[in-house]
Amino acid sequence: MTQTSTVPHQWIADLLFKGLGELFQTASVIFFAPIFLGWVNLCRSCLQSRRPAGILQPYRDLLKLLRKEVVLATGASPLFRITPYIVFGSMGLAAALVPAVTTDLPFGPAADAIALVGIFSLARIFMALSAMDIGTPFGDMGARREMMIAFLAEPATMMVLFTASLISRSTSLSTIAETLGGRHFTLYPSLVFATTSFFLIILAENSRLPIDNPSTHLELTMIHEAMLLEYSGRHLALMEWGSSIKLLLYFSILISFFLPWGISHESSFGGLLSGFAFLVLKLFILGTLLAILESTLAKLRLFRAPEFLAAAYLLAVIAFLSHFILEV
Amino acid sequence: MDESRSPCSPFLEVIETDREGYLHLAMEMSETGGRLVSVWGFFSESLSLLFSSYFRGERLFTGRLSLSGKISDLPSITPFFPVASRMERSIRDLWGISFSGAQDHRRWLDHGLWERVPLTQKAQPETFGEGDYPFVRVEGMGVHEIPVGPVHAGMIEPGHFRFQVVGEKVLRMEERLGYSHRGIDGLSRNIPWNRGIKLAGRVSGDTTVGHALAYSLSIESAIGMEVPKRARFLRGLLLERERIANHLGDLGALANDAGLSFGLSQFLILKEDLLRQNKSVFGHRLLMDLISPGGVRKDPGPLPIAEMSGEASRILQEVEILEMIFEQHGGLQDRFFGTGTLPPETAQKMGLCGVVGRASGQPFDLRRLWKEPPFDETGFTQALETGGDVRARVAVRFFEVKESLRLVQEILLKLPSGDVFLEPPSGESGKEGIGLVEGWRGEILCWSRLEGGDIVAASHFHDPSWILWPALEMTIPGNLVADFPLINKSFNPSYSGHDL
Repeated sequence: MTQTSTVPHQWIADLLFKGLGELFQTASVIFFAPIFLGWVNLCRSCLQSRRPAGILQPYRDLLKLLRKEVVLATGASPLFRITPYIVFGSMGLAAALVPAVTTDLPFGPAADAIALVGIFSLARIFMALSAMDIGTPFGDMGARREMMIAFLAEPATMMVLFTASLISRSTSLSTIAETLGGRHFTLYPSLVFATTSFFLIILAENSRLPIDNPSTHLELTMIHEAMLLEYSGRHLALMEWGSSIKLLLYFSILISFFLPWGISHESSFGGLLSGFAFLVLKLFILGTLLAILESTLAKLRLFRAPEFLAAAYLLAVIAFLSHFILEV
Repeated sequence: MDESRSPCSPFLEVIETDREGYLHLAMEMSETGGRLVSVWGFFSESLSLLFSSYFRGERLFTGRLSLSGKISDLPSITPFFPVASRMERSIRDLWGISFSGAQDHRRWLDHGLWERVPLTQKAQPETFGEGDYPFVRVEGMGVHEIPVGPVHAGMIEPGHFRFQVVGEKVLRMEERLGYSHRGIDGLSRNIPWNRGIKLAGRVSGDTTVGHALAYSLSIESAIGMEVPKRARFLRGLLLERERIANHLGDLGALANDAGLSFGLSQFLILKEDLLRQNKSVFGHRLLMDLISPGGVRKDPGPLPIAEMSGEASRILQEVEILEMIFEQHGGLQDRFFGTGTLPPETAQKMGLCGVVGRASGQPFDLRRLWKEPPFDETGFTQALETGGDVRARVAVRFFEVKESLRLVQEILLKLPSGDVFLEPPSGESGKEGIGLVEGWRGEILCWSRLEGGDIVAASHFHDPSWILWPALEMTIPGNLVADFPLINKSFNPSYSGHDL
């Protein structure tokens, strides 16, 4: 950094390149998020002896929805119409913060892990409000179930992020990923517990089985889908796209905290490319794992969800404690 | 009174009654442990008939009330059998004659859009204002309503459900049906039985064999003819194949509703294999239009017997593997166990039959009780569970699908040779017949009255769903809203079979 003051051109070029790196990471997360969903669905189809629709199906769905007209329910307030943009915007912002491809993110210092949880909450609150805005019983039902899941999942998320922060002595996502990725391979017991806990949280937060069934058509059992029932056209496209970005981001957090090897630490061309390649490889493995899990699990009875999330919280607390007991 | 009217089966008894006798029969049946099967009516210029059928012991008793002259009202048996309420309300909606002594005066099949009484074309006797159906409401802190349907998010038939819930818990659920009413009773009047059988096959698409068989039996019993033995065996075979296909589909759908889509795809593969074989052997995937009065329309011949038998034993093996997977899947069992419990006492009070009845300890299965061919020559073990929850209904379905697959092989082994179809002789005007069949849902009843020649004056089709729907209402309270689709699927009542 001392050089930058002496050579201003170098400093500008550096920032420009960093900016490009940031842009590359954000854009790749946003545009490749549907492909990850496509991969999970493809694996699920294969595991269930169905002919898969192809990895690009989510894009076709999004294109179809973007071309369709928006049908608004009578009595929809402006809140209902701006929510898709807020949800998509929050996910886009989160994509700029999570070190998926590179840790060298100029936006990184703008928000830390706690703020990231806040960004996800913002999107969720707007989604729940818009679901209730229409006044259909399914929207209300979905919203209240989503809030129940969320308020149980959030403390567990925070505990997991705190554990990671304790090891790296920072709540900044980039610093955590850099510290954890830069160390020699040692098995941290706290991280093992935290990873397990975070995986359970991913399932709950992204409305996957066994908490919610993303492919159900039964309106009375829905959680996430029930909130989207009244959306159509580009609004629905943005909501669906937002959910797929969220899923990818949660997995990116899992990767950058607990499997950080291969993430680029500088904004060089080769670094970005190898970081991207590693991300794709890890996502493919994790996506397959998710599909196997979802194909073998039945959905939990709704009132078992608190038990599931209590287990996630318990694991997170064990992770937190084992850091103090075993690693300090 | 008229001995020509008595059906040929020893298990069927028609009792001619007057008004008092009609009510007396209902009272006697309710006191001596009989259960209601169906209530139906037929009214014309010269003739007014009201029927109620009860099953007691191993016999079907039908009270036949014949009235003459202008009728102002009909006697209601709801004080003895509350489950008759919707059937009587339907008779009132279709014929415009009210029941005295009934408690529930709301319309049922009529959604307030019929300007004239459908089956008489007379003006409506009383005017019902348009507006909402008056559902029974629950009052209290935090109680709210969830209306569901008639248009659903999935591809299912139309029906409206009104839930009164507090939080996620259901306090009361009430159904509003009739959206798939097609006027079957009206369509069945004064048509030759060759057309009537097509109508019967389309009362409920998934039970086409059951309804066609019940219709054929009612015509044959009215004419008083016997069908060839080979035809009776083939009818049994078709009935079992329909049962297998539907049970396989239901088992898969039950797993899917619990979130395990693996189960759905596996069972659908098996069901598809069976349906394709139906197509190649009998020419129709759902076995439509194969049974007709006089026998069976198509003889598969000797060639496909080994093929059908082999396929049945292969499916049986696969089902056994899947049953083991279901039983060892903790998540699935957790969803099934204790969900949607219908205790045997309630089931007995309601007079439940079929799969749902047998899962709640009601040991009624015509294949065991009547042992009509081919079941007189084959062994048959009846399924019975007493749990009354979704798990019990799944267990009954597993048991029955395995038993049916075994039966298919045994029937094929013992299939006699001979004709499969006898042209039915002309019927005598005014003769009536009843057919009762153990369909895959439960007992299917069909009543027909002949007009002479091959013309049928009127028919009535009774699907077990008339009892299953009220039983579902009794089961839901106390369960979670999110468990309703699973419980509904475990009952799987027919919308179109009920709405007629």
